[in-house]
Amino acid sequence: MAAEPTILEMRSITKEFPGVKALDRVSLVVKAGEIHSICGENGAGKSTLMKVLSGVYPYGTYQGEIVYQGEVSRFRDIRSSEAVGIAIIHQELALIPELSITENIFIGNEPRRFGTINWIEAKRRAIELLARVGLNDDPDTQIKNIGVGKQQLVEIAKALNKSVKLLILDEPTAALNETESQHLLDLIRGLKSRGIASIMISHKLNEIEQVSDSITIIRDGKTIETIDVKADGVDEDRIIRGMVGRVLENRFPDRTPHIGDVFFEVKNWTVQHPLTADRLVVKNSSFTVRRGEVVGFAGLMGAGRTELAMSIFGRSYGTFVSGQVFKDGKEIQLRNVSEAIDNGIAYVSEDRKALGLNLLDDIKRSIVSAKLAKISKADVVDRVKEHAAAEQYRKSLRIKTPSVDEGVNKLSGGNQQKVVLAKWMFTDPDLLILDEPTRGIDVGAKTEIYGIIRDLAAQGKAVIMISSELPELLGVSDRIYTIFEGTITNDIPIDRADPETLMKSMTSAKKKVTQP
Amino acid sequence: MSSATPPPPSTRTASAPAKKSGGFRDLGKMFGGSTGTGRQVGILGALVVIIILFEILTNGLTLDPINLINLVNQNAYVLILAIGMVMVIIAGHIDLSVGSIAAFVGIVVATAMVSWHFPPPVAILVGLLLGAVIGAWQGFWVAYVGVPAFIVTLAGMLIFRGANQFFGNSNTVTTPDSFNFIGQGSIPDFGPNTNYSNGTLILGLLVVLGLIWQEIRQRRTQTLMGADKAPVWVSVVKLVILVVVAGGATILFASGRIGTSYPISGIILGVLVLIYSFVTRNTTFGRHIYAVGGNWHAAELSGVKIKRINFFVMMNMSVLASVAGMIGVARAGASGPGDGTGWELDAIAAVFIGGAAVAGGIGTIVGSIIGGLVIAVLNNGLQLLGVSNDRVQIIKGLVLLLAVGIDVYSKRQGRPSLIGLFTRNRRAPSGDGPVNAPLDRPSVSPTDSAEESARPQSTMPN
Repeated sequence: MAAEPTILEMRSITKEFPGVKALDRVSLVVKAGEIHSICGENGAGKSTLMKVLSGVYPYGTYQGEIVYQGEVSRFRDIRSSEAVGIAIIHQELALIPELSITENIFIGNEPRRFGTINWIEAKRRAIELLARVGLNDDPDTQIKNIGVGKQQLVEIAKALNKSVKLLILDEPTAALNETESQHLLDLIRGLKSRGIASIMISHKLNEIEQVSDSITIIRDGKTIETIDVKADGVDEDRIIRGMVGRVLENRFPDRTPHIGDVFFEVKNWTVQHPLTADRLVVKNSSFTVRRGEVVGFAGLMGAGRTELAMSIFGRSYGTFVSGQVFKDGKEIQLRNVSEAIDNGIAYVSEDRKALGLNLLDDIKRSIVSAKLAKISKADVVDRVKEHAAAEQYRKSLRIKTPSVDEGVNKLSGGNQQKVVLAKWMFTDPDLLILDEPTRGIDVGAKTEIYGIIRDLAAQGKAVIMISSELPELLGVSDRIYTIFEGTITNDIPIDRADPETLMKSMTSAKKKVTQP
Repeated sequence: MSSATPPPPSTRTASAPAKKSGGFRDLGKMFGGSTGTGRQVGILGALVVIIILFEILTNGLTLDPINLINLVNQNAYVLILAIGMVMVIIAGHIDLSVGSIAAFVGIVVATAMVSWHFPPPVAILVGLLLGAVIGAWQGFWVAYVGVPAFIVTLAGMLIFRGANQFFGNSNTVTTPDSFNFIGQGSIPDFGPNTNYSNGTLILGLLVVLGLIWQEIRQRRTQTLMGADKAPVWVSVVKLVILVVVAGGATILFASGRIGTSYPISGIILGVLVLIYSFVTRNTTFGRHIYAVGGNWHAAELSGVKIKRINFFVMMNMSVLASVAGMIGVARAGASGPGDGTGWELDAIAAVFIGGAAVAGGIGTIVGSIIGGLVIAVLNNGLQLLGVSNDRVQIIKGLVLLLAVGIDVYSKRQGRPSLIGLFTRNRRAPSGDGPVNAPLDRPSVSPTDSAEESARPQSTMPN
């Protein structure tokens, strides 16, 4: 089939945010009726590209053009892209939990009769649509009473109702179990046979291999290549190389680790999803951290890294199922955050604005906020000591501010991150868990943060660094664990670690399958 | 500040800290502290303007000693409520039940003295205890069950209003004079005849000494911190102004009719303001209230026991409501079924005029007191001018709307708020860095059941 018609061509799309080029002349060609996968690391620009396509970022906020069904399209919003048959199904489903399946399918698009909603017609069509997606639940069931897998199918039914021609699925199987995933992939293939094209964003290479006709790899906001599966076949190594292959800059501090004995040990850690009881987000994970060691945690988004860290940090995520934590060989109890802090554990959140800082507060109060007792006598805060402590960190971490009395909301991202680091260093921790410590900060600040991390290790602290950026993990860690679907899949010493090895363990459980 | 084109948000916030000294900033330092000072200065300015305005309009009746003493007596209990209310609002809640609680405690205390012949001090203790028990009840629902405070206290408003009428059979109980002292009395006279109330003069002297001591202490702390101090002249000017105001007020209060002087309820109010200002500003408990209201996720992940904070904040409010209720009864000399009606709204209005944020995390005791005084002076001045109550209510409503409206508007413009002109504005929501715009948002947030209870709770077992 030499002259396959194309349904979509995105030409040289460039999208800039203040200070960041999220997409840099990205091109994407989707043929009619094919399944086209998009691969890339976290933050590579996949989601941004799909938002441009679906009109979330309207015409005029990006450069380049979108040719859809042979015409240049200028979508003003999601409605205008939906009108021509483009439907996007987001990772976070956009269904209304309190409404029924029927009501959700027809919301904003209700069949009418004499000005009122024709529920009989709606229900008849709902049953029809549900049959097409292979869901045999009662269409009157409330959305909140069906699982995520079925909700995904309702979303697709909703798209089918709008006579979709191009379906975009953002990480459709991230929240699904094996059977549900398989059903969904079968359904996408079924849609293909009816001439509906799909764009699928996924981190799971095995699924991509299974269903894709073409694969486009995006890295750092640029198209790396498009693989035609029929012609070239799929080569996992090629995809991985495309996803991670970037020049490592020399922006990491030298390391001369003095690694001591095993300090912290976590055994058989298992955690349930907070809302869905039968879903395990962390499965039977065990790991150790030594004194003076920086241990990297590599995993793709949704792999369960943050969930693992937060559940250890005083059970601040999910429902604890089982597992033990040992410090210096002795088991410790971490039932809430204060117990974790008292046991010398610090957790620097990946989301400093939502979880790390009170943005209404000033720098000095933020720095001392996790261990006020240290500068208080009889519960009265000693403001002189508070100021002195804040000043000390301002100098040692080089927080750029005229005064520690300034509000943290006035600081740049990098300096805010330093305040969060200071806040946790102030608690005198033995183990620091740093979750994406360099997210959203500029390169210079990143280098400084790496320096701080190595300094902490040099002082004999144990450090866990969770990161989505492989170069950073390789540049700072002494040892790296990989996580996939809530399970630790590999434990790789730094001298044997390279991006390809890591990515392999991050995208499949092949190496060390430990299913409970 | 009045330039035609406001600068973009980022430069605006960045430029604020740049000008560190001189002129306005030094004047700003006059009022010390860093937290929300600007708003307090602004609202204080508004208060001064209103007082001067009414002083002129009423031909000097406003600052007449008798009127001033009345003003304090009439408003002490609402201001006491405002102390508790601002803490509740900082923590991100609201309390609608305080008027009903005040009324219920009032009737119980009155009955205890009249029917059960409790001596007033014992009856007052019973009242405080009852307030604590009611507070524990409401705190339990808010903090541990997770029912939003709006609902819990709306229920409380009905429950305790009903309890007041049930307990007192909707009758009015007259209270003994020995009790009424806390609501009607003033500092007793003693010593040589100076044509002034000696007690009030001594009180005024104590206040002046306290102000001087406070300023010296603050400068000493700043030296210890190595922080940049305001020049000495600023401190001196500030002290002179404060001492003149305090001294003038003392003379006014002390020069009233024979037998009148500064009211007891005003002294209770003053003591409570001192204690609670200290608690909110200097104790770990106070810090935790701000932390919970500012970002309860972050507070929880910093080891703050959110439930406990919410519990005590709600409980404290009810205790203060019982104090206010007893003072209210003592002032009227009787407890009745309609006591405390609408008090909660006066207290809430005071807190918001005083610069607290609806979303929580921002507010001060002193600001709320000033806010309450704005309403009080407005109320009083309009009454002196013979404006009827219907129109007074309309004006009060408009003032509340205007004060908060100006504030919200200025904040959205990124300008220092009108009522916070002197120093930087603490809450500039525009200061967000643009850096992480394109990054995926993290999908994980804490899910401990200690959810902050004013927000809907999705993980509640049901």
